[in-house]
Amino acid sequence: MKRIITLKINGAPVEDAIDDNVLLIDYLRGARHLTGTKQGCDGGECGACTVLVDGRARLSCITLAASCEGREVETIEGQATNGRLSALQRAFHQSLGAQCGFCTPGMIMAADALLRRNPTPDDTQIKAALGGNLCRCTGYVKIIRSVRAAAGMGREAAP
Amino acid sequence: MNVRTAAGRAQPLVDGIEKVTGRARFTGDLETGNCLIGRILRSPVSHGRILRIDTAAAAALDGVVAIVTGADCALTFGVIPIAMNEYPMARDKVRYRGEPLAAVAAVDAATAEAALELIELEIEALPAVYTATEARAPDAEQLHEGKPGNLEREVHHEFGDVKAGFAQADLIHEQVFECAEVNHAQMEPHAALAEYDPERDRLTLHSVSQVPFYVHLTLARCLEMDSARIRVVKPFVGGGFGARTETLNFEIIAALLARAAGGKVMMRLSREENFLTHRGRPDTRVRMKIGLSKSGQITAVSCEAVMAGGAYAGYGLVTILYAGALLQGIYRVGAVKFDGYRVYTNTPPCGAMRGHGTVDVRHAFECVLDRMARDLGLDPFAVRRANLLEAPMFTDNGLMINSYGLGECLDKVEAASDWQARKGRMPLGRGLGMACSHYVSGAAKPVHWTGEPHAVVSMKLDFDGSVTVLTGASDIGQGSSTIVAIAAAEILSIHMDRIRVVSNDSVITPKDNGSYSSRVTFMVGNAAIEAARALREKLINAAAAKLEVAPEDITCEGESFFVEGSTQSALSFHEVAIAALAREGTITVKGTFTTPQKAQGGKHRGGAVGSTMGFSYAAQVVEVAVDAETGQIHVEKVWAALDCGFAINPLAVEGQIEGSVWMGLGQALSEETRYVEGLPAHANFLDYRFPTIVESPDIYVQIVETIDPLGPFGAKEAGEGALSGFPPALVNAVGDAIGLDANFLPLTPDRVLAALIKYQKAARKKEAVT
Ligand code: FES
Ligand code: FES
Repeated sequence: MKRIITLKINGAPVEDAIDDNVLLIDYLRGARHLTGTKQGCDGGECGACTVLVDGRARLSCITLAASCEGREVETIEGQATNGRLSALQRAFHQSLGAQCGFCTPGMIMAADALLRRNPTPDDTQIKAALGGNLCRCTGYVKIIRSVRAAAGMGREAAP
Repeated sequence: MNVRTAAGRAQPLVDGIEKVTGRARFTGDLETGNCLIGRILRSPVSHGRILRIDTAAAAALDGVVAIVTGADCALTFGVIPIAMNEYPMARDKVRYRGEPLAAVAAVDAATAEAALELIELEIEALPAVYTATEARAPDAEQLHEGKPGNLEREVHHEFGDVKAGFAQADLIHEQVFECAEVNHAQMEPHAALAEYDPERDRLTLHSVSQVPFYVHLTLARCLEMDSARIRVVKPFVGGGFGARTETLNFEIIAALLARAAGGKVMMRLSREENFLTHRGRPDTRVRMKIGLSKSGQITAVSCEAVMAGGAYAGYGLVTILYAGALLQGIYRVGAVKFDGYRVYTNTPPCGAMRGHGTVDVRHAFECVLDRMARDLGLDPFAVRRANLLEAPMFTDNGLMINSYGLGECLDKVEAASDWQARKGRMPLGRGLGMACSHYVSGAAKPVHWTGEPHAVVSMKLDFDGSVTVLTGASDIGQGSSTIVAIAAAEILSIHMDRIRVVSNDSVITPKDNGSYSSRVTFMVGNAAIEAARALREKLINAAAAKLEVAPEDITCEGESFFVEGSTQSALSFHEVAIAALAREGTITVKGTFTTPQKAQGGKHRGGAVGSTMGFSYAAQVVEVAVDAETGQIHVEKVWAALDCGFAINPLAVEGQIEGSVWMGLGQALSEETRYVEGLPAHANFLDYRFPTIVESPDIYVQIVETIDPLGPFGAKEAGEGALSGFPPALVNAVGDAIGLDANFLPLTPDRVLAALIKYQKAARKKEAVT
């Protein structure tokens, strides 16, 4: 069954007719062409699909799009401001927090959720917040460093 | 020597901004509105004769556009030209559960999946073998005709007088190690987008490959198409680690479907299907025998490796040859004997994985060496130092070594970990262990040997003053495009942002063999340097003509060309570029790299495998805490040092070392595939466990630079060498912590606990007797 939903995606209001059972990830990637959100597993195991719903990290592969009615969804495409990188994006870029980059969008969104709650996390808190985000390239060393660096930069880092 | 302005400086990746913004398009992101969706029907049995595949009902389903089966492709594919024994979809026989049987292209995923349900199968089940032991049993069912005992290949090598070597030894140990099969588990699931244009008879494939060139050749073979009608593009790739160093069945199937449909087909595999496609590191049983003199010199080594390789040949022969060849090249090892057996089993085919062929053998070697040092009262560092090589040299099996920084790596990790002060003085349950490892910087002889150069890089300078570098080198996250850009910036003395790297589109970029055996920095880096030198020469000549001086009097630095002796900038890069273009128009140059003959290995059969221009060397120390009640192992810290010759991009080198050490950690602690009657019980990220950020330790990395005489700016590989040192360093640390010598991988709590109980029982018995 189709239904009309209204929500905000990366700050912009959207009204759309969607299937009741469409997953948020498929809606974002398919209907909205926001392919920055990645699917790394068959559901709920890797964190690559992490987006923010009302500021909290959510796995979009196990979230129904319909459940986002009236909510604010943020994806990796919403991180930059007028094309300028966010502090997290800049830190992941400069500190090599991204090697292949496939886990990166989910990693950055999960880290963003953390920094909004806790702007100065220690390593244990970073690890706890990113515990559901798998990365196969980095050994996580530079991911932790990137999040730490971003926390130091403040949310709107100077380029 | 000039001061380096680009090479040797830590640089973010040239394609990093795409990755952090989500703009990077991976193959699975390329779906467009007019795409058909492809799905694969897979075998429900491990071994069987195909009696009937009826696709009529599926074909009749609304929305189904094309169906292909094994009947649509009678040509095999594989890695080694003489051992291609796999069909994209099974014909006559299936040999593992999950092997492709048929595929559907339909208007959407739901229709494609519904169509798979309608395909009727009749398969006569045959007895199946799942382990090397079962497969080698005298009465075992044969997977392939003419392969008694399911023996794919056996190799036997002997260098020096092994018998005499062991006779000289004061101490001999012989131990058997069981190392579980592991999978690459790269984060990006496999995907391919195939587009066929029936009007022009042309095929375009976008795929996740590390080796687009080999995929191109395989498509031409299996689709019986002129290779000129095929185009292969590699978009952003989310990791490889060897999973994609050979053509994979789904790539050919997507192409067959696109041709049958006369259109565009997107094939995205699930994570479960990624595990079925596999090509990981085989389950390996290693029998390792080492002879040592009292002072720790190795007098002889004898090693037997048995690998359960899965249902098809793939890289099998190469893997088993690597296992033997790289017993050498790291220490002085005396006489060496190797017996390798690669066995067919009814499980998904194994292939190449980071540290190809060498990891489990290195593991056994470093564990045995450590235990022998203990028996001789020698420090683990001392026993390694007693056997260091001296470059330049050739090993007995013909491996060329021109630079060798293992001694320095040892010094660095020994000091950083405070080994001498702490080793043996830690409380029960805590321990330190160490091990060394090495890896090739590119196979000196490729599998597909045509005689052409190993790498070609083209460079274009045009009216806008921009430099475009064209390379077929596959960046899969390791940063190869950045290396190529740095090489160009360094040689041309220009800023990185003047350079754009275009990679991996067969209609645009020169052919490259691909990203495997850690060949790219060495080979493509050298080719890029050569291309940049050719361009630089043209620029210098143009500047000299314009300034009416001799070319020898021109120097260039920081995008300016100077006349020798004057500090004023005479001409800007842009001015010189325009002057150069005035002479010949758009400038294109190329550089190539060919491996020297003497690097190509010994004359013995299989001697090409393991041969390379230079080895990376690594040492690492691992600190663990072991809970003897639960068998849980916690890695507290790792200190790793790697000799990469020269770090062209130190940031990326660090990243590669961290990543490879960590991948070794996964194999050591938790990673393993498990099959229940051939059914994978691990095919997801909950059951196939690799470390999350929570259990990942800090890894302290140090880089050792030996400036290899043949390497680009002296560089060697950095992305594989450190992996195989981790598992033995961990096992040695566990031995130090609780006295348990583990002869298995991975060290899961259940295994550790079982071994501990056995060990304690044995110790008590021993006590009772004495
Ligand atoms: S794709 Fe959502 S958790 Fe893996
Ligand atoms: S950077 Fe490749 S998976 Fe994280």
